[in-house]
Amino acid sequence: MSVWIAIGATAVGCYLVKLIGLLVPAGALERPLVRRLAALLPVALLAALTAQQTFSTGQQLVLDARGAGLAAAALALVLRAPFLVVVGAAVVVTAGVRAISG
Amino acid sequence: MAEQTAPPAIRTDPPAARPDRAVVRDALGVGVAVGLSGFAFGVTSAGSGLTLLQTCALSLLVFTGASQFALVSALAAGGNPFTAAAGAFFLGVRNAFYGLRLSQLLALPRFVRPFAAHWVIDETTAVTLAQPSRRSARLGFTVTGLTLYVLWNLTTLVGALGAEAIGDTDAWGLDAASPAVFLALLAPMLRTGTERTVAGLAVLLALGVLPVLPAGVPVLVAALAAPAVLCVQGRRARHTAKEDRR
Repeated sequence: MSVWIAIGATAVGCYLVKLIGLLVPAGALERPLVRRLAALLPVALLAALTAQQTFSTGQQLVLDARGAGLAAAALALVLRAPFLVVVGAAVVVTAGVRAISG
Repeated sequence: MAEQTAPPAIRTDPPAARPDRAVVRDALGVGVAVGLSGFAFGVTSAGSGLTLLQTCALSLLVFTGASQFALVSALAAGGNPFTAAAGAFFLGVRNAFYGLRLSQLLALPRFVRPFAAHWVIDETTAVTLAQPSRRSARLGFTVTGLTLYVLWNLTTLVGALGAEAIGDTDAWGLDAASPAVFLALLAPMLRTGTERTVAGLAVLLALGVLPVLPAGVPVLVAALAAPAVLCVQGRRARHTAKEDRR
Protein backbone atom coordinates (compact mmCIF):
# COMPACT_ATOMS: atom_id res chain seq x y z
CA MET A 1 0.00 0.00 0.00
CA SER A 2 2.73 2.44 0.95
CA VAL A 3 4.32 1.91 -2.46
CA TRP A 4 1.08 3.03 -4.11
CA ILE A 5 1.00 6.14 -1.90
CA ALA A 6 4.53 6.97 -3.06
CA ILE A 7 3.58 6.37 -6.71
CA GLY A 8 0.45 8.52 -6.42
CA ALA A 9 2.24 11.40 -4.69
CA THR A 10 5.09 11.32 -7.20
CA ALA A 11 2.75 11.19 -10.21
CA VAL A 12 0.63 14.13 -9.01
CA GLY A 13 3.63 16.21 -7.92
CA CYS A 14 5.63 15.62 -11.09
CA TYR A 15 2.66 16.38 -13.33
CA LEU A 16 1.86 19.61 -11.50
CA VAL A 17 5.40 21.04 -11.81
CA LYS A 18 5.37 20.26 -15.54
CA LEU A 19 2.03 22.01 -15.93
CA ILE A 20 3.08 25.04 -13.86
CA GLY A 21 6.03 25.60 -16.17
CA LEU A 22 3.78 25.73 -19.22
CA LEU A 23 1.11 27.90 -17.57
CA VAL A 24 3.31 30.62 -16.07
CA PRO A 25 2.74 33.76 -18.15
CA ALA A 26 5.52 34.71 -20.55
CA GLY A 27 6.01 37.99 -18.66
CA ALA A 28 7.70 36.09 -15.84
CA LEU A 29 10.54 35.32 -18.23
CA GLU A 30 11.07 38.92 -19.32
CA ARG A 31 13.52 39.49 -16.48
CA PRO A 32 16.98 38.48 -17.74
CA LEU A 33 17.98 37.11 -14.33
CA VAL A 34 15.06 34.67 -14.26
CA ARG A 35 15.87 33.61 -17.80
CA ARG A 36 19.52 33.00 -16.94
CA LEU A 37 18.50 31.00 -13.90
CA ALA A 38 16.00 28.88 -15.82
CA ALA A 39 18.75 28.01 -18.30
CA LEU A 40 21.38 27.25 -15.66
CA LEU A 41 19.28 25.19 -13.23
CA PRO A 42 18.98 22.19 -15.56
CA VAL A 43 22.76 22.30 -16.03
CA ALA A 44 23.29 22.10 -12.27
CA LEU A 45 20.70 19.37 -11.77
CA LEU A 46 21.84 17.17 -14.65
CA ALA A 47 25.49 17.47 -13.59
CA ALA A 48 24.57 16.55 -10.02
CA LEU A 49 22.45 13.60 -11.15
CA THR A 50 25.17 12.29 -13.45
CA ALA A 51 27.80 12.46 -10.70
CA GLN A 52 25.53 10.99 -8.07
CA GLN A 53 24.38 8.04 -10.16
CA THR A 54 27.94 7.28 -11.22
CA PHE A 55 29.85 7.74 -7.99
CA SER A 56 27.47 6.71 -5.24
CA THR A 57 25.66 3.72 -3.84
CA GLY A 58 23.00 4.78 -1.36
CA GLN A 59 24.73 7.37 0.80
CA GLN A 60 28.25 6.18 0.11
CA LEU A 61 30.69 7.58 -2.42
CA VAL A 62 32.18 4.80 -4.54
CA LEU A 63 34.40 4.55 -7.58
CA ASP A 64 33.51 1.43 -9.55
CA ALA A 65 32.90 0.15 -13.07
CA ARG A 66 30.24 2.82 -13.65
CA GLY A 67 33.05 5.40 -13.68
CA ALA A 68 34.66 3.61 -16.61
CA GLY A 69 31.26 3.38 -18.30
CA LEU A 70 30.70 7.13 -17.93
CA ALA A 71 34.18 7.84 -19.28
CA ALA A 72 33.30 5.74 -22.33
CA ALA A 73 30.07 7.72 -22.74
CA ALA A 74 32.02 11.00 -22.49
CA LEU A 75 34.46 9.81 -25.15
CA ALA A 76 31.56 8.82 -27.41
CA LEU A 77 30.07 12.30 -26.91
CA VAL A 78 33.36 13.97 -27.83
CA LEU A 79 33.41 11.84 -30.99
CA ARG A 80 29.84 13.05 -31.72
CA ALA A 81 28.37 9.57 -31.59
CA PRO A 82 24.57 9.18 -31.77
CA PHE A 83 22.61 9.03 -28.53
CA LEU A 84 22.10 5.27 -28.49
CA VAL A 85 25.82 4.65 -29.05
CA VAL A 86 26.65 6.92 -26.09
CA VAL A 87 24.34 5.01 -23.76
CA GLY A 88 25.37 1.66 -25.23
CA ALA A 89 29.06 2.45 -24.70
CA ALA A 90 28.44 3.16 -21.03
CA VAL A 91 26.49 -0.07 -20.54
CA VAL A 92 28.93 -2.29 -22.46
CA VAL A 93 32.08 -0.86 -20.83
CA THR A 94 30.54 -1.07 -17.35
CA ALA A 95 29.54 -4.70 -17.93
CA GLY A 96 32.98 -5.43 -19.43
CA VAL A 97 34.92 -3.96 -16.52
CA ARG A 98 32.75 -5.93 -14.08
CA ALA A 99 33.26 -9.13 -16.05
CA ILE A 100 37.06 -8.66 -16.07
CA SER A 101 37.38 -7.58 -12.43
CA GLY A 102 34.99 -10.33 -11.38
CA MET B 1 22.71 14.99 -29.46
CA ALA B 2 25.60 17.34 -30.03
CA GLU B 3 24.81 17.56 -33.71
CA GLN B 4 21.17 18.32 -33.09
CA THR B 5 21.83 21.16 -30.67
CA ALA B 6 24.70 22.77 -32.56
CA PRO B 7 23.55 26.05 -34.07
CA PRO B 8 23.05 25.97 -37.83
CA ALA B 9 26.26 26.97 -39.58
CA ILE B 10 24.59 29.45 -41.93
CA ARG B 11 21.76 31.70 -40.80
CA THR B 12 19.94 33.18 -43.76
CA ASP B 13 17.26 35.81 -43.32
CA PRO B 14 14.39 35.01 -42.66
CA PRO B 15 15.60 32.17 -40.36
CA ALA B 16 16.09 29.10 -42.51
CA ALA B 17 13.25 26.68 -41.90
CA ARG B 18 14.50 23.17 -41.30
CA PRO B 19 12.96 20.56 -43.55
CA ASP B 20 10.38 18.52 -41.64
CA ARG B 21 12.22 15.33 -42.45
CA ALA B 22 15.38 16.52 -40.70
CA VAL B 23 13.41 17.49 -37.59
CA VAL B 24 11.57 14.17 -37.52
CA ARG B 25 14.83 12.27 -37.97
CA ASP B 26 16.47 14.06 -35.01
CA ALA B 27 13.37 13.66 -32.86
CA LEU B 28 13.09 9.96 -33.67
CA GLY B 29 16.79 9.50 -32.90
CA VAL B 30 16.39 10.88 -29.40
CA GLY B 31 12.96 9.32 -28.83
CA VAL B 32 14.01 5.84 -29.87
CA ALA B 33 17.36 5.86 -28.05
CA VAL B 34 15.99 7.16 -24.77
CA GLY B 35 12.74 5.25 -25.13
CA LEU B 36 14.72 2.02 -25.25
CA SER B 37 16.33 2.89 -21.92
CA GLY B 38 12.91 2.34 -20.32
CA PHE B 39 14.10 -1.25 -20.36
CA ALA B 40 16.73 -0.34 -17.73
CA PHE B 41 14.01 1.28 -15.63
CA GLY B 42 11.71 -1.74 -15.86
CA VAL B 43 14.53 -4.02 -14.80
CA THR B 44 15.62 -1.74 -11.94
CA SER B 45 12.08 -1.24 -10.67
CA ALA B 46 11.20 -4.94 -10.71
CA GLY B 47 14.59 -5.65 -9.12
CA SER B 48 13.71 -3.18 -6.34
CA GLY B 49 10.66 -5.23 -5.44
CA LEU B 50 7.89 -3.27 -7.18
CA THR B 51 5.14 -5.26 -8.88
CA LEU B 52 4.61 -5.24 -12.64
CA LEU B 53 1.55 -3.00 -12.24
CA GLN B 54 3.43 -0.53 -10.00
CA THR B 55 6.38 -0.39 -12.38
CA CYS B 56 4.16 0.29 -15.39
CA ALA B 57 2.06 2.83 -13.48
CA LEU B 58 5.23 4.83 -12.78
CA SER B 59 6.21 5.00 -16.44
CA LEU B 60 2.66 5.83 -17.56
CA LEU B 61 1.87 8.45 -14.90
CA VAL B 62 5.18 9.95 -13.79
CA PHE B 63 7.06 9.80 -17.11
CA THR B 64 10.23 11.56 -16.06
CA GLY B 65 13.06 9.06 -15.86
CA ALA B 66 15.22 10.57 -13.15
CA SER B 67 12.27 10.83 -10.74
CA GLN B 68 11.24 7.25 -11.48
CA PHE B 69 14.75 5.90 -10.86
CA ALA B 70 15.02 7.99 -7.69
CA LEU B 71 11.67 6.74 -6.37
CA VAL B 72 12.35 3.04 -6.83
CA SER B 73 15.84 3.25 -5.35
CA ALA B 74 14.53 5.17 -2.33
CA LEU B 75 11.78 2.58 -1.83
CA ALA B 76 14.28 -0.26 -2.23
CA ALA B 77 16.48 1.39 0.40
CA GLY B 78 13.52 1.27 2.77
CA GLY B 79 12.59 4.96 2.70
CA ASN B 80 9.05 5.85 3.78
CA PRO B 81 6.64 6.65 0.92
CA PHE B 82 6.59 10.40 1.54
CA THR B 83 10.36 10.86 1.75
CA ALA B 84 10.77 8.73 -1.35
CA ALA B 85 8.09 10.74 -3.20
CA ALA B 86 9.64 14.03 -2.04
CA GLY B 87 13.02 13.08 -3.51
CA ALA B 88 11.41 12.09 -6.79
CA PHE B 89 9.32 15.27 -6.81
CA PHE B 90 12.31 17.54 -6.28
CA LEU B 91 14.06 15.88 -9.20
CA GLY B 92 10.97 16.63 -11.27
CA VAL B 93 11.03 20.34 -10.37
CA ARG B 94 13.50 21.01 -13.18
CA ASN B 95 10.70 20.22 -15.64
CA ALA B 96 8.95 23.40 -14.50
CA PHE B 97 11.91 25.39 -15.78
CA TYR B 98 11.90 23.48 -19.04
CA GLY B 99 8.20 24.33 -19.33
CA LEU B 100 8.95 28.04 -18.90
CA ARG B 101 11.16 27.98 -21.96
CA LEU B 102 8.99 25.62 -24.01
CA SER B 103 5.89 27.68 -23.31
CA GLN B 104 7.35 30.58 -25.31
CA LEU B 105 8.81 28.44 -28.09
CA LEU B 106 5.73 26.29 -28.68
CA ALA B 107 3.06 28.93 -27.93
CA LEU B 108 0.45 26.21 -27.45
CA PRO B 109 -3.27 26.98 -27.17
CA ARG B 110 -4.43 26.94 -23.53
CA PHE B 111 -6.54 23.80 -23.84
CA VAL B 112 -3.61 21.79 -25.28
CA ARG B 113 -1.24 22.65 -22.42
CA PRO B 114 -2.60 20.19 -19.81
CA PHE B 115 -1.99 17.38 -22.32
CA ALA B 116 1.37 18.62 -23.58
CA ALA B 117 2.56 19.10 -19.99
CA HIS B 118 3.00 15.36 -19.46
CA TRP B 119 5.69 15.33 -22.16
CA VAL B 120 7.73 18.23 -20.76
CA ILE B 121 10.97 16.41 -19.92
CA ASP B 122 14.72 16.64 -20.59
CA GLU B 123 14.65 15.03 -24.01
CA THR B 124 11.68 16.85 -25.53
CA THR B 125 13.16 20.12 -24.24
CA ALA B 126 16.57 19.40 -25.73
CA VAL B 127 15.10 18.63 -29.16
CA THR B 128 12.68 21.57 -29.09
CA LEU B 129 15.29 24.13 -28.03
CA ALA B 130 17.49 23.06 -30.94
CA GLN B 131 14.86 24.05 -33.53
CA PRO B 132 15.08 27.37 -35.40
CA SER B 133 11.37 27.96 -36.02
CA ARG B 134 8.06 27.50 -34.20
CA ARG B 135 6.86 24.97 -36.74
CA SER B 136 9.91 22.74 -36.34
CA ALA B 137 9.86 23.26 -32.55
CA ARG B 138 6.28 21.97 -32.38
CA LEU B 139 7.07 19.09 -34.72
CA GLY B 140 10.20 18.15 -32.76
CA PHE B 141 8.36 18.29 -29.44
CA THR B 142 5.45 16.16 -30.67
CA VAL B 143 7.51 13.50 -32.41
CA THR B 144 10.01 13.20 -29.54
CA GLY B 145 7.21 13.14 -26.94
CA LEU B 146 5.09 10.55 -28.74
CA THR B 147 7.96 8.21 -29.66
CA LEU B 148 9.49 8.43 -26.24
CA TYR B 149 6.20 7.94 -24.38
CA VAL B 150 5.19 4.87 -26.37
CA LEU B 151 8.64 3.24 -26.34
CA TRP B 152 9.43 4.13 -22.72
CA ASN B 153 6.25 2.41 -21.57
CA LEU B 154 6.67 -0.63 -23.82
CA THR B 155 10.29 -1.17 -22.80
CA THR B 156 9.38 -0.63 -19.12
CA LEU B 157 6.93 -3.51 -19.45
CA VAL B 158 9.46 -5.71 -21.25
CA GLY B 159 12.16 -4.84 -18.71
CA ALA B 160 9.94 -5.62 -15.74
CA LEU B 161 8.94 -8.93 -17.30
CA GLY B 162 12.53 -9.76 -18.21
CA ALA B 163 14.10 -8.77 -14.89
CA GLU B 164 13.93 -12.30 -13.58
CA ALA B 165 15.30 -13.80 -16.78
CA ILE B 166 18.29 -11.44 -16.78
CA GLY B 167 19.25 -12.13 -13.19
CA ASP B 168 21.85 -9.71 -11.81
CA THR B 169 21.10 -6.54 -13.79
CA ASP B 170 24.23 -4.76 -12.53
CA ALA B 171 26.38 -7.47 -14.14
CA TRP B 172 24.92 -6.31 -17.47
CA GLY B 173 25.98 -2.74 -16.76
CA LEU B 174 22.41 -1.45 -16.98
CA ASP B 175 22.93 0.81 -13.96
CA ALA B 176 25.30 2.89 -16.12
CA ALA B 177 22.54 3.69 -18.62
CA SER B 178 20.86 6.46 -16.71
CA PRO B 179 23.98 8.53 -15.85
CA ALA B 180 25.02 8.18 -19.51
CA VAL B 181 21.61 9.54 -20.55
CA PHE B 182 22.05 12.50 -18.20
CA LEU B 183 25.56 13.18 -19.49
CA ALA B 184 24.36 13.12 -23.10
CA LEU B 185 21.64 15.63 -22.23
CA LEU B 186 24.07 17.83 -20.33
CA ALA B 187 26.94 17.91 -22.84
CA PRO B 188 25.38 20.26 -25.43
CA MET B 189 24.44 22.70 -22.65
CA LEU B 190 28.07 23.25 -21.60
CA ARG B 191 28.80 25.95 -24.16
CA THR B 192 30.35 28.72 -22.08
CA GLY B 193 32.51 28.98 -18.99
CA THR B 194 29.48 29.90 -16.91
CA GLU B 195 27.71 26.64 -17.71
CA ARG B 196 30.86 24.64 -17.03
CA THR B 197 31.42 26.39 -13.71
CA VAL B 198 27.83 25.69 -12.67
CA ALA B 199 28.16 22.02 -13.66
CA GLY B 200 31.47 21.63 -11.82
CA LEU B 201 30.18 23.30 -8.67
CA ALA B 202 26.99 21.23 -8.80
CA VAL B 203 29.01 18.00 -8.95
CA LEU B 204 31.12 19.07 -5.96
CA LEU B 205 28.05 20.05 -3.94
CA ALA B 206 26.10 16.88 -4.80
CA LEU B 207 28.94 14.52 -3.94
CA GLY B 208 30.04 16.62 -0.95
CA VAL B 209 26.74 16.50 0.92
CA LEU B 210 25.70 13.04 -0.31
CA PRO B 211 27.02 11.14 2.72
CA VAL B 212 25.24 13.38 5.25
CA LEU B 213 21.90 14.31 3.70
CA PRO B 214 18.92 12.02 2.96
CA ALA B 215 18.32 10.70 -0.57
CA GLY B 216 17.07 13.32 -3.01
CA VAL B 217 18.26 16.33 -1.01
CA PRO B 218 21.88 16.47 -2.35
CA VAL B 219 20.61 17.13 -5.88
CA LEU B 220 18.55 20.03 -4.55
CA VAL B 221 21.56 21.44 -2.74
CA ALA B 222 23.53 21.12 -5.98
CA ALA B 223 20.87 23.16 -7.77
CA LEU B 224 22.05 26.12 -5.67
CA ALA B 225 25.16 26.18 -7.89
CA ALA B 226 23.12 28.05 -10.52
CA PRO B 227 22.06 31.07 -8.40
CA ALA B 228 25.46 31.05 -6.65
CA VAL B 229 27.42 31.41 -9.90
CA LEU B 230 24.99 34.05 -11.21
CA CYS B 231 25.37 35.98 -7.96
CA VAL B 232 29.17 35.98 -8.13
CA GLN B 233 29.06 36.99 -11.79
CA GLY B 234 26.67 39.84 -11.08
CA ARG B 235 28.87 41.15 -8.27
CA ARG B 236 31.96 40.95 -10.47
CA ALA B 237 30.18 42.77 -13.31
CA ARG B 238 29.16 45.59 -10.96
CA HIS B 239 32.70 45.79 -9.62
CA THR B 240 34.18 46.06 -13.14
CA ALA B 241 31.65 48.73 -14.05
CA LYS B 242 32.75 50.76 -11.01
CA GLU B 243 36.44 50.36 -11.94
CA ASP B 244 35.71 51.56 -15.46
CA ARG B 245 34.06 54.71 -14.20
CA ARG B 246 37.17 55.74 -12.24
